[in-house]
Amino acid sequence: MVWKISDETAYDTLGDEVRLTINGVTIRAPQDQSLLVTARQNGFEIPTLCYHRDLPSEGQCRLCVVEIGEHPRTQIVNSCTYPTQAGLVVQTHSETVVQSRRIVLELLLARTPKAKLIQELAAAHGVYESRFKTDDPEELCILCGLCVRTCREVVGVSAISMKGRTPDKQVATPFMEKSSACIGCGSCAFVCPTNVIPYTEKDGIRTIWGRDFELQACNVCGNYIAPKYQLEHWAKITGDPVETFCVCRDCR
Amino acid sequence: MPRFESIDHLREYRRQLMAKRDANQPQVLVCAGPGCLPMGSEEVAAAFREELEKNGLAAKVVLKECGCHGLCAGAVRVLIRPQEITYQHVTSEDVPEIVEKTLKEGQVVDRLVYEDLHTQEKAAYKKDIPFFKGQMPIVLRKLDIIDPTSLDDYLALGGYRGLRKALMEMKPDDIIDAIDHSGLRGRGGGGFPTGRKWRICQEVEDEPKFIICNGDEGDPGAFMDRAVMEGDPHAVLEGMIIGAFAIGASKGYIYVRHEYPLAVSRLQLAIEQARESGFLGKNILRSGFDFDIKISRGAGAFVCGEETALIHSMEGNIGEPSPRPPYPAQSGLFGKPTVINNVETWANVPEIINLGADWFANIGTEKSKGTKVFSLVGAVNQTGLVEVPMGTTLRQIVYDLGGGLRQDREFKAVQTGGPSGGCIPAQFLDLPVDYDSLQSVGSIMGSGGMIVMDTSSCMVDVARYFINFLYQESCGKCTPCREGLKQILFILDEIIHGRGQEEHLGLMEELCNAMSAASICGLGKSAVNPIRSTIKYFREEYLAHIRDKKCHALVCRPLLKYTVDPETCTGCLACVRECPVGAISGKKKMAQEIDQELCVKCGLCYEACQFEAVKIE
Ligand SMILES: Cc1cc2nc3c(=O)[nH]c(=O)nc-3n(C[C@H](O)[C@H](O)[C@H](O)COP(=O)(O)O)c2cc1C
Ligand code: SF4
Ligand code: SF4
Ligand code: SF4
Ligand code: FES
Ligand code: FES
Repeated sequence: MVWKISDETAYDTLGDEVRLTINGVTIRAPQDQSLLVTARQNGFEIPTLCYHRDLPSEGQCRLCVVEIGEHPRTQIVNSCTYPTQAGLVVQTHSETVVQSRRIVLELLLARTPKAKLIQELAAAHGVYESRFKTDDPEELCILCGLCVRTCREVVGVSAISMKGRTPDKQVATPFMEKSSACIGCGSCAFVCPTNVIPYTEKDGIRTIWGRDFELQACNVCGNYIAPKYQLEHWAKITGDPVETFCVCRDCR
Repeated sequence: MPRFESIDHLREYRRQLMAKRDANQPQVLVCAGPGCLPMGSEEVAAAFREELEKNGLAAKVVLKECGCHGLCAGAVRVLIRPQEITYQHVTSEDVPEIVEKTLKEGQVVDRLVYEDLHTQEKAAYKKDIPFFKGQMPIVLRKLDIIDPTSLDDYLALGGYRGLRKALMEMKPDDIIDAIDHSGLRGRGGGGFPTGRKWRICQEVEDEPKFIICNGDEGDPGAFMDRAVMEGDPHAVLEGMIIGAFAIGASKGYIYVRHEYPLAVSRLQLAIEQARESGFLGKNILRSGFDFDIKISRGAGAFVCGEETALIHSMEGNIGEPSPRPPYPAQSGLFGKPTVINNVETWANVPEIINLGADWFANIGTEKSKGTKVFSLVGAVNQTGLVEVPMGTTLRQIVYDLGGGLRQDREFKAVQTGGPSGGCIPAQFLDLPVDYDSLQSVGSIMGSGGMIVMDTSSCMVDVARYFINFLYQESCGKCTPCREGLKQILFILDEIIHGRGQEEHLGLMEELCNAMSAASICGLGKSAVNPIRSTIKYFREEYLAHIRDKKCHALVCRPLLKYTVDPETCTGCLACVRECPVGAISGKKKMAQEIDQELCVKCGLCYEACQFEAVKIE
């Protein structure tokens, strides 16, 4: 179950507006919209790594944490899933919050020292080097789960999932074999913030998750559109003939 | 067993039941609890059956196999009623003597009774044994009395009276008020007020609603919940039925860990009995209320005991926690309002309703009411399950109930609350145990684990042990817990191997701050307790490892130095034969010497030497 947090995309349909304060400023925002979105809409910056506006948030990275409540009864929550409520007092950059973010970034920098995004984000938070130990200097996956959620929620095929526990957790296909459910759409590779998912295209063949997909050329311009298998999948779920999808967007 | 059509019918049945039972009838109660069963409860019970038969006593003496008697260190335990003579370390060979002497002649078999370690005084009766004297059993009360497979036994002890009262005399709101007023707080970890949780769920306008009993009990070595599920399953059911009526739930689930097959079968049998008798199913006791319970078997991961992870795993999804809100009471199983409580929490409910909220609220401390069951293990003489009023001091538990430390060693620390609890030093032995005071010294109540440690424990090693467990069990979903535990474990390993630096302590504290603030669930948030508490109370020990490269408790092998004392060494060469790397040399019948460069600190030489010539420092 994922908490149905309303997002900006659903702004119009939201219920009552409520009043709350962020960093001492009183603002109005739709109730139950995520605190992250409320803050951002009002110009308060909160860093994120596992948030995506089109996906349900699951709170993996812990970068978006904010402090709510009033001293001494405050609490740290992740803003991407916490609902906007009347009277909330929110701090986006309290000392605990800033320290937590720094440590989280320093931990991620130790996990994925070569990931450009992490290097940059860490530097933006004053973290240039990690005091922690790196196991695999080539590691790039930050386990944000965006790929898994995209494949499940947007593509709708759940071809990949998180396997295992501890830092050994990894994104994988069932039984670590070529996935029969994957349609080769490449969305997971596209959404991945650190470009980990191997993905190649050569001579009309796309390779992803260890499988080769023959690409369909546009019937009009001849440019490659997508894997044939993906178009067949679309045809199947929409009920339209496959040919409908064999013309690229530009030529339609 | 009849199906009870009304309250009067139930009352009448119970009256007849009691009339048939003779309180003075001799009873043999063989403990078949988690501690005794593997030590041979079944053979002992079989021997009694045979021996009673042989002596023509089978009809006269009642024989039962029941739940944990508490003092598991004396497995297998046997209790003889009505005198309440308790025997320990009973084997099938002792049975003829017990039958002959105790059951026929009314005498005590001296060699099988409890003996005080210090005074050597013997005590045959339960009331005279210090371990039992300081306790106040509410949840465990029936464990050494009833046969857990008998609904009649449960009814005879007032079972389902709470339910009867709830359905007949109370409205759902009254029940929630009573639970609220009693001050009952969750026994599974967080200590959240149970009444408040029920109220939140009751007020959500959504249907259906669910009830879950959390019987995952993942803490290594803990068996409180198991003992209750196996020993008094109807109490759990009765609590759940009352709770369901209060919040308006139609279905309940008991999530039992995979490793507890006996708990599953006992609960299953109890559910069937309850259905047959009209305590479960449609129109319970003709009150118009419908409710049923199903058992759900857990996959076994420690984190699956966390409420949101447990719910995900019941839904068939990956058993990983998710951020709250929403709380299960708002949106739980299948997105529906769900009350999830721990086994012990549920087992407290029937008595609170039956005897009243005031009765319960009078037990315990200001903010922690009632009793708590602990599994007392480690370096104490008497290990087992204890149930004490909240506010009992650690000293009472360790020394009065636990009988002090084994071999009269010096007390060093007690770790409460399972793997993510803190280690409490001797200066707090007089601390009254309740939710808030444990928290104030950096530990937690948790589900009631209590591990006593003496001076032979190294606190760095202890911290490493728990961190390693938590590291292995972290679901890996959120960054601070997943990566933080890994780094703390790495740092502890450095310290244990003599590569620690003083900055490491500060670094671990920084990690702890981020983990406790920013982790998704209680695992990551509370995993900091073993680290924070050991750094705070046993800083010197860390510094000894870091600065002096010494482990004074002689536990951390890499820091030990093995040498041969030339005075005592006889040159027998026993150590030379054992050393796997050939680090020991010297002439036969002459003193040997250990090459420190080659030594891998395995300690085999130390164990091999019969003359105690191998020294450790
Ligand atoms: C890692 C972790 C493991 C847990 N394991 C258990 C468990 O085995 N049994 C249990 O009752 N509660 C466990 N809990 C606590 C539950 O999340 C939940 O708070 C509890 O079941 C609520 O019941 P209560 O209010 O009656 O205590 C665990 C929590 C965490 C964070
Ligand atoms: S390429 Fe395969 S795994 Fe990736 S999103 Fe598409 S279907 Fe899912
Ligand atoms: S592969 Fe990329 S998108 Fe998927 S979890 Fe790893 S970093 Fe996130
Ligand atoms: S705190 Fe640990 S166990 Fe809990 S969700 Fe995060 S990684 Fe998983
Ligand atoms: S963006 Fe909220 S936890 Fe990652
Ligand atoms: S299991 Fe027998 S006394 Fe505890």
